[in-house]
Amino acid sequence: MTSKSGLLQWIDERFPLSSTIEGHLTGYYAPKNLNFWYFFGSLALLVFVIQIVTGIFLVMNYKPDGTLNAAGVPVAFASVEYIMREVPGGWLIRYMHSTGASAFFIVVYLHMFRGLLYGSYRKPRELLWIIGVLIFLALMGEAFMGYLLPWGQMSFWGAQVIINLVSAIPVVGPDLAVFVRGDYVISDATLNRFFSLHVIALPLVLLLLVAAHIVALHEVGSNNPDGIEIKKKKDATGKPLDGIPFHPYYTVKDMVGVAGFFIIFFAVVFFAPEGGGYFLEANNFIPADPLKTPPHIAPVWYFTPFYSILRAVTYPLFGLDAKFWGVVAMFAAVLIIAFLPWLDRSPVKSIRYKGPIFKIALTLFVIAFLILGYLGVLPPNPMRTLVAQICAVIYFAFFLLMPWYSKIDPCKPEPERVTWK
Amino acid sequence: MTHTAEPLDDNRRQLLVATSVVGGAGAVALAAPFVASFAPSERAKAAGAPVEVDISKVPPGEMIVVEWRGKPIWVLHRTPEMLESLKAVREKLADPDSEKSIQPSYAKNEHRSIKPEFLIVEGVCTHLGCSPSAKFQRGEASGISADWVGGYLCPCHGSMFDLAGRVFKSMPAPTNLPVPPHKYLTETKVLIGEDKA
Repeated sequence: MTSKSGLLQWIDERFPLSSTIEGHLTGYYAPKNLNFWYFFGSLALLVFVIQIVTGIFLVMNYKPDGTLNAAGVPVAFASVEYIMREVPGGWLIRYMHSTGASAFFIVVYLHMFRGLLYGSYRKPRELLWIIGVLIFLALMGEAFMGYLLPWGQMSFWGAQVIINLVSAIPVVGPDLAVFVRGDYVISDATLNRFFSLHVIALPLVLLLLVAAHIVALHEVGSNNPDGIEIKKKKDATGKPLDGIPFHPYYTVKDMVGVAGFFIIFFAVVFFAPEGGGYFLEANNFIPADPLKTPPHIAPVWYFTPFYSILRAVTYPLFGLDAKFWGVVAMFAAVLIIAFLPWLDRSPVKSIRYKGPIFKIALTLFVIAFLILGYLGVLPPNPMRTLVAQICAVIYFAFFLLMPWYSKIDPCKPEPERVTWK
Repeated sequence: MTHTAEPLDDNRRQLLVATSVVGGAGAVALAAPFVASFAPSERAKAAGAPVEVDISKVPPGEMIVVEWRGKPIWVLHRTPEMLESLKAVREKLADPDSEKSIQPSYAKNEHRSIKPEFLIVEGVCTHLGCSPSAKFQRGEASGISADWVGGYLCPCHGSMFDLAGRVFKSMPAPTNLPVPPHKYLTETKVLIGEDKA
């Protein structure tokens, strides 16, 4: 930056504009061998922006009101119908938001899987990983609360079932459930506080966490498919030999990912916005009725692996309900991910140089996760419960046995410099 | 920035700590109304006020549903035949004497009610809060089993209850349906939601 324009010079003396751009874009060196798995971080950011923008416009016409209107339909439910049928372009904005929710989880699950593949959680990226797990937790809360807002049968009874899980906590449980709902049942009070948390509190939390995630990433630098540190090999000017500036190289590459993502995203928005009943469930097109339960209640697909783990716990323990231990297992299943940096004792980071034991363990883990997800949308029966129990054991074994199997796994030597594969 | 090592002024430091502690206490006190606002409002509590039901309008063998605290409350007028069925199913129940279940002491008996013929119970499954459906027909006509003597079936996860809201063995629901506090104002008028005199 030798010949700054007058205006830029004026700004830079008052605000760190050029140095911020250089530090995070033009002078931020990322490994040159990042493959398509590295699309999903920037895509998650893109979906976040889609959700914020569409959400702002939805709030202009949505009414968080559980009372009945003159036609006997809950106002909240009617306002969503109004957006769909009478607000110009409302249907598109709403379908982008509802499809965006599922898309968010798809890209985030793939983003997390990338971390598992290449050991992106290993030293020095532990904090980066933990912030990521917190984003995942906040995202689950955001999605759960957002699902109540259309005030359909599935919104109402899904929330009823999940909030009732709180009442399984010993001693304080039942009072805590009343405290969360603000009423003795899911009601207008619950709808309004979920609305407030969904549109103000959690988006702010997510924004801060995402900023912290990026700041932490730019401090330690991206991992890469070889799982070796490019900062170890620098040229005379101190730039990593295997690094290229994020802008323009990865901004351009990520735009290819964005184009591919938009093709799939808008294909769903325009041609299958209900996602085959998985993105928007059929029962949610019926207004919430507190006195009538739909025959089958299933959470939206992105919660089903964890819901299956919850249901798989059927034994009471230490004098406490199976329901309580189910809740514990469900939260443990999310939180255990944060401990990965200390569970993995392998001398190498990337799956490219890890041995067969890790590859088998990861394969079993992914299969178990997918089966749990599938079982979570089905009503339970003894056979399915047994399968879910086996898969839940595999899920936890992947993490809890990792300190042993990652240590004895015969690994290949890591290369000195990044490779092209 | 370089600091010359000056001796620590203990008086100023103590003042600083004391100010922080008082300020912190203020911040915690300020949080109280925000946390309290999550509890049910006065209006929500008022909606949870007791409801009065005239049981003389419920013919034998039939049930009405009233709303208390937004929950369905069943008032079932049991026939002698229905009361007889409570003894027949005893062996198949998970908690026949309601030891683990929630009910006022005056409803902790075989028929789980003050008057044997009138059952007053929350129609909310103790598993995850769905509302079970009435299946009063006996035998094959019920669509459940040939030896079914009448009861309730939860559509969500298949928990089954007898005509006193007692859960059968090996069901997802852990306990019997809760009996709300209630008292008889007269022979035919019952107040649901309050039992103190």
